[in-house]
Amino acid sequence: MTNGKPTSAHARRRFLKTATGAAALAGATLHAPYLMAQPSKVKVGFLLPYTGTYAQLGKAITDAFKLHVDENGGRLGGRTIEYVQVDSEANPAKATDNTNRLVNLEKVDVIVGPVHSGVAAAMVRVTRESGTLTIDANAGAGVVTGALCAPNIFRTSFSNWQPAYPMGKVLAERGMRKAVTLTWKYGAGQEAIGGFVENFTAHGGSIVKDLWVPFPKVEFQSLLTEIASIKPDAVFVFFAGGGAVKFVKDYAAAGLRNSVPLFGSGFLTDGTLKAQGDAAQGLETTLHYGDSLILPKNLAFREMYAKAAGREADVYAVQGYDAAQLLRIGLEAANGDVKAKKTMIGAMESAEIDSPRGKFTLSKAHNPIQDIYLRKVVGMENKVQGVAHKALADPATGCKMA
Amino acid sequence: MDFPTFLIQLLNGVQYGLLLFLIASGLTLIFGIMGVINLAHGSFYMVGAYLAFSLTGLLGNFWLALPAGIALAVLLGLALEWLLIRPLYRRDHLYQVLLTYGLILVFEELRSILFGDDVHGVAVPVLLNFSIRLTDTLSYPVYRLAMSGVCLLLAAGMYFVISRTRLGMMIRAGSVNREMVQALGINIGLLYRLVFALGVALAAFAGMLAAPVASVYPGMGNQVLIISFVVIVIGGIGSVRGALVAALLIGLADVFGQVVFPHIAGMTVYLVMAAVLLWRPRGLFGSA
Repeated sequence: MTNGKPTSAHARRRFLKTATGAAALAGATLHAPYLMAQPSKVKVGFLLPYTGTYAQLGKAITDAFKLHVDENGGRLGGRTIEYVQVDSEANPAKATDNTNRLVNLEKVDVIVGPVHSGVAAAMVRVTRESGTLTIDANAGAGVVTGALCAPNIFRTSFSNWQPAYPMGKVLAERGMRKAVTLTWKYGAGQEAIGGFVENFTAHGGSIVKDLWVPFPKVEFQSLLTEIASIKPDAVFVFFAGGGAVKFVKDYAAAGLRNSVPLFGSGFLTDGTLKAQGDAAQGLETTLHYGDSLILPKNLAFREMYAKAAGREADVYAVQGYDAAQLLRIGLEAANGDVKAKKTMIGAMESAEIDSPRGKFTLSKAHNPIQDIYLRKVVGMENKVQGVAHKALADPATGCKMA
Repeated sequence: MDFPTFLIQLLNGVQYGLLLFLIASGLTLIFGIMGVINLAHGSFYMVGAYLAFSLTGLLGNFWLALPAGIALAVLLGLALEWLLIRPLYRRDHLYQVLLTYGLILVFEELRSILFGDDVHGVAVPVLLNFSIRLTDTLSYPVYRLAMSGVCLLLAAGMYFVISRTRLGMMIRAGSVNREMVQALGINIGLLYRLVFALGVALAAFAGMLAAPVASVYPGMGNQVLIISFVVIVIGGIGSVRGALVAALLIGLADVFGQVVFPHIAGMTVYLVMAAVLLWRPRGLFGSA
């Protein structure tokens, strides 16, 4: 190589030619083995609402899930996580198609979602057949961990029955005997009211009238008149979102707050306090989370989430975060091998999750066994008053785990 | 149900019915006079509610927000008619359905971009923010009574304009024979534009009035759209008088259905509709 430039240039050209040729050859023949040697990414499919009434909930779950993955350097069990998002539109009619898209077209390893109970019921019908690992991060439909339960289906949120059930005992122990219940006539509402009634009547209370509103109607005036004429000891309701805001305001405007106390499952006052204003002050509800929980894990989580997402954490964010924790536990046990489903499921079933809501384990039907808190609205906060029911497990009616 | 409760429920029914009338009257006007099926009517109701929300925040006063909101709604109506509705008069109803359905999606998305997906509240104006004690447990919010008063005034006003004024005469004539009215030298294009703007303003005004008691939230327009169609079908399409009677009927059916048959409360208004249509297929005041 002591010769002049031309040789050098020639050599370089020749080298480049062979090099590209070799590279092309290598590309053609070594492509597949090369990919197999490099651990591929684990594909997480979000089936969540990103538009419509529940868009905020879908966003909170997604952000919190990613927050936990980022805490672990973008990897769970040594595998990089990649995401696919499908907008469920909270539309049960599109749920089967959307789930199939994630399972068959995107070939995701894990599905996380949804918010709407109807979407959940359709989703698990698909994934219990396909065997795709599924983590329900919100929808409380009883069937998900009931009649449609399956080894590959997990839930990190609640069953609709769960947050409402403890209130029955709380009220009965306060000496309240006659209650009126009121909700939208749809799955979640019926299951929640069912939980309350079960516990309330078991402790000596009776339901004097059960009132129903077609979903998602929000005209309550006639029902408030009816409640005023019955004058029960207590009213228990299940409403969420816009309906919750309207009902709480109407209840106060009808002057019922001073004469007939109102109670509900926690969704009545979660994420709605700003719009409800004074009308919600003093309302007591039961839920598996409260913003003001004084737990080190909760304080740390709230701070990190606020920094990452740019807004305050809520119960939905907690559930999304725990979905990622559950997946991490599974992947770590299987050393990142998503195909080792038995190992993953075994580890996830027996996991103790260090959640911002407090530690919880999973029932045989894969629903959280968790503390339900009694909360009271003080200012702009659902202040936790205490534990209404310690380690409450859903009855998982109809679940036969194969 | 004791007698005082019955009377209060009657009041509830009338009050709900009057609000329904206010919403549905615009829909029936637009369809009856212009022959346009306007699926976006619920969106205009939503626009009104969000106008009340944003303008009350901006101007600091609900009473200032109302006229400002109405003015904006009229402008919106004029612009929409000129831009989008006008080319469709001679087309099939299907084109109108398609276009106005598209408008629902556009308004919903704009709402999401401008205001987000949170639920918002509009404070009841201080002047009317108190309740009248009716029984020892129940009070009636005065704002609701005031709403009913306003609805009644508007119903009377509409009746007067349509049946007693020259403008009303032109509107009625235009609904019967468009070409003839044009031949008589009346600017039918302008007339239609006014009617459309009026319809939009009525829906938006209903949304503004309802905002303090109904709160302001995504998808609120879709709920009132269906019930508005029920009202105008029962009343007879195009008849403002029919819309008033039908709205009261639906209001009462809904209120008593909810209390007497709570388990089938969702069906009562549709049962009433089915019964009326079996008896009078063109609605109560529908022209044959």
